[in-house]
Amino acid sequence: MSTEPILVMKDICKSFPGVVALKNAQLRLFPGEVHAVMGQNGAGKSTLIKALTGVDLPDSGEIRLQGKPIQPTSVNEAQKIGISTVYQEVNLCPNLSVAENIFIGRFPMRGFAIDWKAIERESKAALAALNIHIDVNQTLSMYPVAIQQMVAIARALSTEAQVLILDEPTSSLDEGEVERLFDALRQLKAKGMAILFVTHFLDQVYAISDRITVLRNGEFIGEYAASALPRIDLINAMVGREVNEAVSATNGASATDITNAKPFVSTQGLASRGGMRPLDLDVYQGQVLGLGGLLGSGRTETARMLFGIDATDAGTVKVEGKTVKINSPYKAVRQGLAFCPEDRKTEGIVADLSIRENIILALQARRGVFRFLSKRTQTAIADEYIKQLGIRTPDAEKPIGQLSGGNQQKALLARWLATDPKMLILDEPTRGIDIAAKLEIMELVKAQCRKGLAILFISSEMSEVLRVSDRIAVLRDRQKIGEIAGQDADEQRIFQMIAGAEA
Amino acid sequence: MNLLARINARTLPLIVTSLLFVALFAFGSVSYDSFFSAQVFLNLFIDNAFVIVVAIGMTFVILTGGIDLSVGSIVALTTMVTAALVEQHHWSIWAVIPLVLLMGCAFGVMMGVLIQYFELQPFIVTLGGMFLARGLCYVISIDSISITDPSYAAVSEYRIMFGEEAFLSISAVIALVTLAIGIFLAQYTRFGRTVYAIGGNERSAILMGLPVARTKILVYTLSGFCSALGGVLVTFYMLSGYGLHALGLEMDAIASAVIGGTLLTGGVGYLAGTLVGVLILGVIQSLIAFDGSLSSWWTRIAIGVLLCLFCLMQRFFEHGGSKLSALFSYWNKPEEEGSAGSGAQPAR
Repeated sequence: MSTEPILVMKDICKSFPGVVALKNAQLRLFPGEVHAVMGQNGAGKSTLIKALTGVDLPDSGEIRLQGKPIQPTSVNEAQKIGISTVYQEVNLCPNLSVAENIFIGRFPMRGFAIDWKAIERESKAALAALNIHIDVNQTLSMYPVAIQQMVAIARALSTEAQVLILDEPTSSLDEGEVERLFDALRQLKAKGMAILFVTHFLDQVYAISDRITVLRNGEFIGEYAASALPRIDLINAMVGREVNEAVSATNGASATDITNAKPFVSTQGLASRGGMRPLDLDVYQGQVLGLGGLLGSGRTETARMLFGIDATDAGTVKVEGKTVKINSPYKAVRQGLAFCPEDRKTEGIVADLSIRENIILALQARRGVFRFLSKRTQTAIADEYIKQLGIRTPDAEKPIGQLSGGNQQKALLARWLATDPKMLILDEPTRGIDIAAKLEIMELVKAQCRKGLAILFISSEMSEVLRVSDRIAVLRDRQKIGEIAGQDADEQRIFQMIAGAEA
Repeated sequence: MNLLARINARTLPLIVTSLLFVALFAFGSVSYDSFFSAQVFLNLFIDNAFVIVVAIGMTFVILTGGIDLSVGSIVALTTMVTAALVEQHHWSIWAVIPLVLLMGCAFGVMMGVLIQYFELQPFIVTLGGMFLARGLCYVISIDSISITDPSYAAVSEYRIMFGEEAFLSISAVIALVTLAIGIFLAQYTRFGRTVYAIGGNERSAILMGLPVARTKILVYTLSGFCSALGGVLVTFYMLSGYGLHALGLEMDAIASAVIGGTLLTGGVGYLAGTLVGVLILGVIQSLIAFDGSLSSWWTRIAIGVLLCLFCLMQRFFEHGGSKLSALFSYWNKPEEEGSAGSGAQPAR
């Protein structure tokens, strides 16, 4: 590793309307290193990369490439000065050949015509450098995602790149494919390439990176040598230490005794290819099971598997002791499951419909179109839940889009409670709502639970998981690594579990 | 595997279309006397020269994932403007033709700009262009205007002989030259490949730094140009200008492209396929003409059935193709237990 950084980002600031995305962020990148940028959701990783690749201009700050100040204003410009990016989803054209995907935009020409022979030759060589030997004239869509990802890297490299940015390139790859990618990265590193690597997978960070920069809430937290930073310190740096006392007060309410109870839903070795690794999970009625883990650890994936949204290809699910096959949300609902998805705006509310209509939606769907609920029944149900959950609104006919986030979330809860489910899956029910509303939602969750509902609770805020859960299943890198009773748990213990043996 | 894989969702429709054309032509040759002749074959090019030219522009538009409904109307407007200028204002053919070609381009640029910079749906914008151009025809005249200019008649009657019997018209030659240029554009130029890339994934195309905005506008300009050129060919063919010329031509052009293997979602298709698509429509018309007893509307019925069949076939091959490749990726890999990887091995 040379002593002069090839790329320096200094005091980068960027704000979007209402949010400060980056506050004096720093980054140093040396040739011949793999540098990981780590941070929770909203830490500013992608904003930093967008500033570097010319997608979003920073408000202030300085970027220097080989000592010269640069200010790329487009992806093209960044590429021309030697900064190439490979994105999370493969950004290539599936209908074109592998060779064409590598060279499009800078075709070698012979007279007025594209020199296809040269393209074939050079793209073969470019892929061979990454130890990939495939038919380059074949359409890209014929190859698995890992190969497509490699093609994207080959494209990025063939532009004489000095800096290669990989934005979560491994999120859709399985272990073997990740290993291939890492082999390629090690080769590039040996050739003196500077590689910026963004990922959520802790194992991968330690497997490949030399140094780590940590961001939190848009601020630069520190730059560390990977070998000198124990996992637990990395996690602490990412999560921060400001634990809100009011929220993290451990829950006193004693759990239903489960020693003799049968689980409502129980999974054995449930797994999906390229998603979750085999998972055993028991959810009991009258209990909240929390899923603890960092971003990308597989919390949402678990919920989606259980609810039949994502296909599973191994393992079994038992509902009340009987093995069932849940391969669609419809079947999940028939088994008495309900799911409040993570993205409230796009997967939850129908903003233009009234609160009443939003609450009735799932119930009516369950009954079918022919057993229509009269308006009076609908209003009665809606009013009942508005009262019960304390939804603050003048009446049930107000469009739900005009409510605050917390009240929208309550209405969504009401939607599923109205179907009288036996188990409720809540994915990030407290995201983007204020602290008082968060507390209220958590109280509601506990109250529903005491009525005998089984609840699976997912939140990126560990303190919230701790507060509501009777038990916590801890996930890391799409694998359950342990389970811990609510009253024994605190943040330190969970993070130590996530950090693993090193702690 | 290589050979099998190469006959995939891309090339198979083209092969099937070509085989269908051969089969239809063979059927005609067996059923009707004097059907099997070079001239019957060449007549397909002569009678459909303008359709070929218009369908070339249309294919480019569809390849980007767009659609151009204005082509038939622009053809009609071109014939109208040509007839009016030549007959009523006595312009020279050499002044009129460049002017109408320019007009077609201008129409295309206008629609392209609306589609690209105001992010309007191509369907709506070109539907507007269709009404506008058709309406403008009737501003010029509500009646048909015959073109009596001798130079038009000369071009119209000129025969390029192939041997003793067979001949092509100038229009047919222009259509074939346009096709050759079109194929070169599509396969061997940056513009052409950008068109395919946009159809494959527009967002990727932007992120790969391709000139997406410029290319999309150029594609509609090209289609406008082809429509105007098609209009010029119609004036040679019909020797008149009329607001009712080329009614529904946009649909014939779309049908030809689709039957030729171009996917309406963009990114997949060949201009050669479009040519065969036009020829199939033409050969069906010839068959019906030779039969003599069938109404010419049977052409429409045949086209309708063919279109549905071809779309079904494409869907089938798309699925079959991916299933096939999934199968291969398993074959290539020794059986192994566990969750490690689906076809992570290189395909060899």
